Amino acid sequence: MATLEAHAPPAAQPRGTRSIIWDYMTTVDHKKIGILYFLTSLFFLVVGGLEAILIRIQLMRPGNEFVSAEVYNQLFTMHGTTMVFLMGMPIAVAFFNYIVPLQIGARDVAFPRLNALSYWIFLFGGIFINASFLIGAAPNGGWFGYANLTSSEFSPGLNIDFWVLGLQALGAASIMGGVNFVATIINLRAPGMRLMRMPLFTWMAFITSFLIITALPVFAVALFLVTFDRFWGTVFFQVSAGGDPVLWQHLFWMFGHPEVYILILPAFGIISEVIPTFSRKPLFGYAVMVYSAALIALIGWGAWAHHMFATGLGPIADAFFTVSTMIIAIPTGVKIFNWIATMWGGKIRFTTAMLFAVGAVALFTVGGVSGVMHATSPHDLQQTDTYFVVAHFHYVLIGGTVMGVFAGIFYWFPKVTGRFMNETLGRWFFWLYFVGMNLTFFPMHFAGLLGMPRRIFTYAPELNLTTINFVTSMGAFLQVPAVLLLVYNLWISVRRGAPAGTNPWNAATLEWATESPPAEHNFNTTPVVHSREPLWVEPAKMEEAARGPMEHIHLPPPSYWPILTAAGVVATMALFMTNLWWAPLIGLAWTMIGAINWAFEPTH
Amino acid sequence: MRAPLAAARASAVLLLAACAGEYPQTTFEPVTDFGVLINEVFAITVWWTMGILVVVLSLIIVAAIRFRETPDSPEPEQVHGNVKLEIAWTIVPAIIVVMILVPTVSAIFETQRRPSEDALTIEVIGHQWWWEFRYPEYDVVTANLAYMPTGREIHLQMHSADVIHSFWVPRLGGKRDVNPRPRQAEGEAQHSTHLLFTISEPGRYAGQCAEFCGDSHAIMRIEVEAVAPDAFEAWVADMKAPPREPLPLEGDTAATPAPPPGALPVPTGTGQRVSAGRPDSLIFEGKRVFSSSTCVACHTIEGVSSGPLGPNLTLFGRRLTVGAGALPNTLENVEAWIRDPVAVKAGAQMPGAERPWGAFPATGLSDAEIRAVAAYLTSLK
Repeated sequence: MATLEAHAPPAAQPRGTRSIIWDYMTTVDHKKIGILYFLTSLFFLVVGGLEAILIRIQLMRPGNEFVSAEVYNQLFTMHGTTMVFLMGMPIAVAFFNYIVPLQIGARDVAFPRLNALSYWIFLFGGIFINASFLIGAAPNGGWFGYANLTSSEFSPGLNIDFWVLGLQALGAASIMGGVNFVATIINLRAPGMRLMRMPLFTWMAFITSFLIITALPVFAVALFLVTFDRFWGTVFFQVSAGGDPVLWQHLFWMFGHPEVYILILPAFGIISEVIPTFSRKPLFGYAVMVYSAALIALIGWGAWAHHMFATGLGPIADAFFTVSTMIIAIPTGVKIFNWIATMWGGKIRFTTAMLFAVGAVALFTVGGVSGVMHATSPHDLQQTDTYFVVAHFHYVLIGGTVMGVFAGIFYWFPKVTGRFMNETLGRWFFWLYFVGMNLTFFPMHFAGLLGMPRRIFTYAPELNLTTINFVTSMGAFLQVPAVLLLVYNLWISVRRGAPAGTNPWNAATLEWATESPPAEHNFNTTPVVHSREPLWVEPAKMEEAARGPMEHIHLPPPSYWPILTAAGVVATMALFMTNLWWAPLIGLAWTMIGAINWAFEPTH
Repeated sequence: MRAPLAAARASAVLLLAACAGEYPQTTFEPVTDFGVLINEVFAITVWWTMGILVVVLSLIIVAAIRFRETPDSPEPEQVHGNVKLEIAWTIVPAIIVVMILVPTVSAIFETQRRPSEDALTIEVIGHQWWWEFRYPEYDVVTANLAYMPTGREIHLQMHSADVIHSFWVPRLGGKRDVNPRPRQAEGEAQHSTHLLFTISEPGRYAGQCAEFCGDSHAIMRIEVEAVAPDAFEAWVADMKAPPREPLPLEGDTAATPAPPPGALPVPTGTGQRVSAGRPDSLIFEGKRVFSSSTCVACHTIEGVSSGPLGPNLTLFGRRLTVGAGALPNTLENVEAWIRDPVAVKAGAQMPGAERPWGAFPATGLSDAEIRAVAAYLTSLK
């Protein structure tokens, strides 16, 4: 087995750009992969945001001709697809990667090379699906891709091909990641870290990974059915042959609803770390927080058809899914009250991270409340497919997920870089974003209830929705300088941020015992844990384990087979589009060569 | 239940007053039993959830202000939880959920009941991107503008000819998807989706497709003209009446003046469809061109043609728009539409003067012919 000395470059020696790039291309270190995931997701956040801005320019006034119907349909499809699959999920995985092994006292994830493979498939898949813009054929069937609009009959172009093949690759990457984190969390916890001593963030990573493993395959199956229909003439969704497009809706939402929790639970985890730290109190009702999240995930599996109240499933199905959906409100409410109770009686420091965490709780509650309104299914017939729903899920996914992620960025940045982010810029960022976000999405509630459907590239002036849409667009534009401020803050803080030390926030969890940034091997010796808040209860022992005398450590060596195998996987998908039966076999052979070489690669 | 409802209505009125102006597609002012019932259920949910929202946001603000770190704040007590409190904030939301669920579930069954015996069944067929309305009881077919009688239960029985659409006229109540019908085995019932409501006020109600259905999803609008039962009967009679030859009209050598945009065409109730213009007029010429060109392959005008594919154009002149909401129904706009539909509406499935569509060749109509056809169509009232 390779030893640490063989692979950790001496810190003092400056490295050239080429050597850094090669290092990252071949890395199997969870921290470097985490950084790659983070930067890529941030890039796609900007791409998806840009698509949103173009959408808002188009809708700024009725009858606008800024973009055509065809282009608009591509923009909103890619906005949704990008934000869910290329930003929302991978940015959570970025945090899982960097933080989870540190929080449980592990050297790395269970399968480091598989981890690298996940990342590279995600990157190549994201590039592949966006490459469609270059030939003017970006996916245009909505992020939900309802059959039978996606069939060759109604969408003959390459647009939907890019979508089904690209998402198939991205889904595979997510499933590998999910398997990896479940294996990591079950097997690699430090001695003494029982399940009920795990930090809440790790718990959320654990539950989210289970959801990924179970939900993404359903989506994979659905995508395969469409792929078969489009490429090989099967008739799963073709009505003239007895196929039923409503089947797609069931499959899609059976995945799509757990997906909502895949997107929100990691943010819940971040919030559950940030609020206790800056309130100087342990998380209120730890066990209930764990159980409620598990319950949300479990019941979330029985709520999918609340996306389909207008489909016409009949009163019995509607009643069942109304009840199951409403029940989810209860554990969700418990979490919100427990966060507030954690703050209650504490000694609260409003750093930027804390501002975002508390802001996320507040805005998520707004989204939760409109969620209960949708669950009132008879009236959902007015709400669904309108801007009321758009308002709802942006409060959940931007108010909850993205704000939670921003909290996480400011919170863990000192651990990752050894430097603080600029707090003054951070506050500006928070308030700009908070105001911009509300200005964008709050008026949408009324746009919807006053009759504006979703996914329309234009609307009639006599609908009298001009003012609401104009205000919404202004709010969206306000988010642009906010996000630029974040990017600028990251840029300057990496270089010139104030040195932070190992545990600048005086947090309780294990990752704060390590160096900032952590050594490649994380902990010098494996810590032995006796409580939920190891750094508050026995800080000296934990620091000794992390930074004291070093034991003999084995680390997996870097490998270029993951990136090559990933390229093979995505090439297989891309070559399908040639419509030559043998072309995908080239990609498949490439993948096999990668996998075989990987399997026989010496790691000793 | 009544008090919050009244308050909800008051707040809706306030909101509307604050925004000023009319909202043709508002959900706040339903004119059907269906729309009123679901708004009542909505009001209950709104009041409970707004209460919760106010409590949560207040607690967050109080906590943020009261427990902010000060130089002399003591180290906080390390509380790990409180079983009684946690049980309380599990049970209270559970009770609220039940309070919301009971009227909700009852409304689910109420709104999806079976239609009564004397309900008027209207078959709604969604097409990319227009609406077909069939009245089997009267053997009448029309498109994009549906006449409905007030005071009689209306049962929409809906399916799609191509992809999934969704029928939504907010003031008539909620929307319902319009799904394509999978081919059924012999003797099996055909799938349809349903909406059931009784309109209480006459008026023109606007709506549009609510399920993304491709390129021109945004231009798939619905007009509903709700009229008193006798006016409805008169409309049926107009629809079925034999077409009258163009009437001689003093001084009419060009087009009939286009109706002012936004004007509500009034059902004539004469029992005969009026088409003004004298035999040598533009309208007369338009009828001749229409009947002798490829128009008739797709379009039906009762008594003139029987094309089954495109929108039925009988009484076309009463519609507010051309192309299911693409443009206001004026002579110039109808001309523009006939000349090149795809330029007006992305993906429109109709050949233009020079642009073929699918298997259909371009119509090859000259500008003069287009003008004549447009004059003829807008005259059908």
